Amino acid sequence: MNDKKQNLPRNAELQPELVQLQRRLFLRSGLSLGALSMLSGCNMQDGDTVDKVLWAMSRWNDRVQAMLFRPSHLAPTYPASMITKPFPFNAFYDADSAPEIDGDSYQLEVSGLVRDKRSWNLAQLRALPQVSQITRHICIEGWSAIGQWGGVPFRTFLAHIGADTTARYVGFKCADRYYSSIDMATALHPQTMLALDFGQSPLPTEYGYPLKLRVPTKLGFKNPKHIAAIFVTNENPGGYWEDQGYNWFSGS
Amino acid sequence: MTTANTSPPQKQSRRIIHPLLVRATHWLNAFAIVCMVMSGWEIYNASPLFAFTFPKWATLGGWLGGAIAWHLAAMWLLLVNGLIYLAYGFLGGHFRRHFLPLRVADLLRDLKDALRFKLTHQAGIYNAVQRLMYMAVLLLGVLVVASGLSIWKPVQLDSLVDLFGGYDVARRVHFIAMAGIVGFVAIHLALVLIVPSTLLPMVTGREPKHGLKQHGSNQEQQA
Repeated sequence: MNDKKQNLPRNAELQPELVQLQRRLFLRSGLSLGALSMLSGCNMQDGDTVDKVLWAMSRWNDRVQAMLFRPSHLAPTYPASMITKPFPFNAFYDADSAPEIDGDSYQLEVSGLVRDKRSWNLAQLRALPQVSQITRHICIEGWSAIGQWGGVPFRTFLAHIGADTTARYVGFKCADRYYSSIDMATALHPQTMLALDFGQSPLPTEYGYPLKLRVPTKLGFKNPKHIAAIFVTNENPGGYWEDQGYNWFSGS
Repeated sequence: MTTANTSPPQKQSRRIIHPLLVRATHWLNAFAIVCMVMSGWEIYNASPLFAFTFPKWATLGGWLGGAIAWHLAAMWLLLVNGLIYLAYGFLGGHFRRHFLPLRVADLLRDLKDALRFKLTHQAGIYNAVQRLMYMAVLLLGVLVVASGLSIWKPVQLDSLVDLFGGYDVARRVHFIAMAGIVGFVAIHLALVLIVPSTLLPMVTGREPKHGLKQHGSNQEQQA
């Protein structure tokens, strides 16, 4: 033991080497941080090689999520006492800029792979069977809020317009220039709803008057507000955020 | 400078202390963890849980969409690489050979030595403090993946979310597990700085030329 102790270098002897090594390691970590900050320029919008890999992985994640999706598995529902008040506003613009839509002249356009392309007014939509549910809205930013939405089960609406339910996508165009799309399996999910009401009253302007898609099995940005047109298609229509890099499927 | 006589070259005879599989999964995991933590911090910044945000330079992805793309791409590397490592650890006997036994008495002794900077390092043998830290970080890894899956798929994996006690709790658990892993990495890197001769074997697999007990004395060789 004593021999070993004598062999052990004293701190003072070690010091210069340690300093040297620290410098070398810091330089190396500096380099790799530099390399990573170059990578962090890869943000889904540059079109470079890393971006292509990220986009390919996002398409892979679409497929995995479609496989994980259980068509009749319901999102949790909550008692009215758990409703979040006030419910947060979120859009790509301020609440003041939400579009003012005249409900009396409002027409919902229908197109694509459907039998009946006639437009719908609000009275006709109200005449369809109505449901109400209290579910959690989860934002891609991480926050979540519980709200109550009422309206027409989307699969009921799809049946009324004679949608080809073997088609792959349903697309939405909105009055605020927002657009989005969902897979047919999610469109047919029992909780997916064309919402007319928020709580007990018609959707307020900032929450999507007069018509919003409520999808409790997807993130909030897949719940388009102020819907002006619905179309059924086999070409992926993308979406406002999806085309910038948010994952398209974004299922919960 | 003058070491040629006292320590003849032993390139052929130096034994492998880190098998190739451990080294490969270690560095792939290091890359995956850096990507996951940095992109995770950018995601956190979009809706901070606490009264602080992470500095931009420490984040990856540039914006929320880019960060999520990084996070959900690197998660596959983390997952597949982690499963390979765990399979090797359990089935290949790596954990049994190197992590066990972990005795409280050893732990207290090694911890005391470590805090006095007197803990000796033997090539290829983990001391009790290391064993505890590696086991802890593996558990944190399981926790971070389970809570992450809960946040990613709160509807499809709702029973997993219930296990955590809800979506909001799972989010906080995910953050805390991340903090634990980052804490581990900080200590891990500090130990590499204190005992730098452990770095090269993690690349080459071979034990250091002098053996690690006298890790300070290879000073001359570095010159």
